[in-house]
Amino acid sequence: MVRRHLLLALGALVVVVLVLENTSQFRNAQFGAMAYYAIAAGGLTVLTGLNGQLSLGHGALMAVGAYTTALMLQSREDSLPLPVILALAIVVTLVVGALVGVAAARLHGPYLAGATLALAVAVPGIPLFFGEWLGGEQGLNVRLPEIPVWLADAAYFVTGQELTQIRFLAYLGWLAAIVVFVLLANLSRSRIGRNWQAVRDDEVAAELAGINLGRARVQAFVVSAGCAGLAGGLLALSARLAAPSGFTLTLSLLLLSAVVLGGLGSLVGALVGAALLTFLPQVVTGAGTDLGLTDVQAAQLAPLIYGLVTVLVVLLAPAGLAGGLRKLINWRRSS
Amino acid sequence: MKRWYAGTALLLAMAVTAAACGAGGRPEGEDAGSTVGITDTTIKIGAHFPLTGVAAPGYSEIPSGHQAYYDYVNANGGVNGRKIEFVVKDDAYNPTNTSQVTNELVLNDEIFAMVSGLGTPTHSAVVDYLNDAKVPDLFVSSGSLQWGDWPKEKPFTFGWQPDYEIEGKIVGDWVKKNMPDAKVGLFLQDDDFGRDGEKGARRYLDDQIVAVAKYTPGNTDVAPQMAQLQAAGVDLVLGFNVPSYTALSQLVSLRIGFKPKWFYSNVGSDPALVGSLLARFSEGAVTDGASMLNGVMTTEYLKGVDAPDDPWMKLWQKVWDEHGADGDLTNYRVYGMSQAYTFVQALQAAGPNPTREGIVEAIEKQGGSFEGPGVAPFRFTGDSHLGMSGMSVVEIQGGVGEDLTPVLVTDLGDAPIKEDDSAAGDEPPSNGIPNVKPAE
Repeated sequence: MVRRHLLLALGALVVVVLVLENTSQFRNAQFGAMAYYAIAAGGLTVLTGLNGQLSLGHGALMAVGAYTTALMLQSREDSLPLPVILALAIVVTLVVGALVGVAAARLHGPYLAGATLALAVAVPGIPLFFGEWLGGEQGLNVRLPEIPVWLADAAYFVTGQELTQIRFLAYLGWLAAIVVFVLLANLSRSRIGRNWQAVRDDEVAAELAGINLGRARVQAFVVSAGCAGLAGGLLALSARLAAPSGFTLTLSLLLLSAVVLGGLGSLVGALVGAALLTFLPQVVTGAGTDLGLTDVQAAQLAPLIYGLVTVLVVLLAPAGLAGGLRKLINWRRSS
Repeated sequence: MKRWYAGTALLLAMAVTAAACGAGGRPEGEDAGSTVGITDTTIKIGAHFPLTGVAAPGYSEIPSGHQAYYDYVNANGGVNGRKIEFVVKDDAYNPTNTSQVTNELVLNDEIFAMVSGLGTPTHSAVVDYLNDAKVPDLFVSSGSLQWGDWPKEKPFTFGWQPDYEIEGKIVGDWVKKNMPDAKVGLFLQDDDFGRDGEKGARRYLDDQIVAVAKYTPGNTDVAPQMAQLQAAGVDLVLGFNVPSYTALSQLVSLRIGFKPKWFYSNVGSDPALVGSLLARFSEGAVTDGASMLNGVMTTEYLKGVDAPDDPWMKLWQKVWDEHGADGDLTNYRVYGMSQAYTFVQALQAAGPNPTREGIVEAIEKQGGSFEGPGVAPFRFTGDSHLGMSGMSVVEIQGGVGEDLTPVLVTDLGDAPIKEDDSAAGDEPPSNGIPNVKPAE
């Protein structure tokens, strides 16, 4: 299993390189965004799909990662290397996630949703309260360090294109996404992942089998929080900003809807959901403008279509797009 | 096992092939001025505005003003034979979205310049990126100082409207001279807007200010702030706030029986919008919202729809009647058309073959002498990219602003405040299109 995941990861890497090198800068930026949405959605789908905990607070956890990253990138010269900064963003979010997770482990269903909802509402208020330090409503600007010269040269040598800031971030995002997805896939097929599923399916049975319910839940929450922290850090890098208005409840709900659209508990589903989140609004707005709608009408079209797609998926493919596709393939095979 | 080897081999082969398509080394080349977004017959510009969400009322009308004026210019032959295409993207006033749609504008739509992107928190998310990418970032729709007070760091960014600090100075000076006994309370938005305004006002009013109340956009309960000002015995409130908070502060003070004089900054004082917001927020209890603002003082740097006989307003009305979208001409559309007018001037100044670097240079050289609808001249030079230098103080009666002062002009810091009506008398050219000679 592990070997298969690694092979898939290698294949994914080649695909990523080919896609990023052969698409425009703008598409690169969109793929970069898709990468961080995918990481966050991947973490959430493991938490909700595998362990059965519903979190409405992942947007807030992303904010923790984003602000950690932004705080460490306040000057262009003497900043740590980006991978170190992202690792620190993960660690800080892990700690926050552990605290929330301990509380969350005692809660079920709607109560857990309520507690994490409170997190999503409260966290954007923190930068406002500590305005001097965290930039208040305007947020913290992120000063991206220059791409290391050796890396830029190496990339140019191999690809024949300048490694722009945007493409660099897209690579960083997808490298992170591939690593995260391999780890999540391995984890969910390991003993720990099976424990999580056992807790989800039947608490009493799981406890009788010797699984510590609380520990399994906190573990799942912490892993998921780490993903959200990494995603938040990448978001701060590509938006060049960490501001409270970027991490409202809407973001948490969008992530959840992406997971549901893609297929709960499926990592492929998380990818599909992230793709929808990234590309659907822009494509729909563009199509609206081409159809002769005014800018305002076209802008209002995107949420409408997103809502309609959600309704249709829930009605026609209750297991999500990935689940629906799998079903279709199985049905074709058997008939 | 065999399949695994085969798969790996295939992948490696793909990777090697992909790498072999590479270049090996960089070609040498030199940089001329960038002409991205310009063809012989068109020039494409773009901007981010809140078209949906909480900030959309009012602000979403600004791009329709731009569009109407560009359509008017295009119908009259364009600028140097080029038609102006204006691409608008919705950021819902969310800086994360601003960053994404700016990527789209610069990389996908390949705009020549960003013109009048709106909002302080939103635009500050992209100002570094635009300057790094050397995309002209002209006439930002916000009065924050950061667009213009340090042009060495942001050489491609220009402000447009009077910044909040000089507005604070002009307001503070007027209050000091005309209401020297007033106990002043500040009602501030908690960002650059409120901070810069407070800084300017304190220069003259420091000893008269008895209370400062701040609000965070999004939190619609301003009762604590109003109660704080009331408890401090304030009899004149200076508000550096957006229109919805003008309406909220009026309603709350009505409820708690707080009756000071009010002085709102230009941003928060559009009588038509505040009137409609008052009616909506009070759920119909306030029917004639605009009259609630009678006696309220504010500042003005553009003539608005309350002055239909002004020659600029006659031009805007004509443009709107010929090329406007649905709906009536509003002050926000006038604001958009006025910005569009300045952009056309800048484009003319950049000459028949504009480049990104060229238009920036042209504005630095000639921007100070652009004649336009603004009552005060721009401050554009190589050392300052700040916008208009002044405004006049007005009192609102029946939805109409009545001048209390002539145009007052100043600059940042301890620059003195002077009366200067020189730019207020500018008349629009008869065909409604500016005629700026290219910079040398």
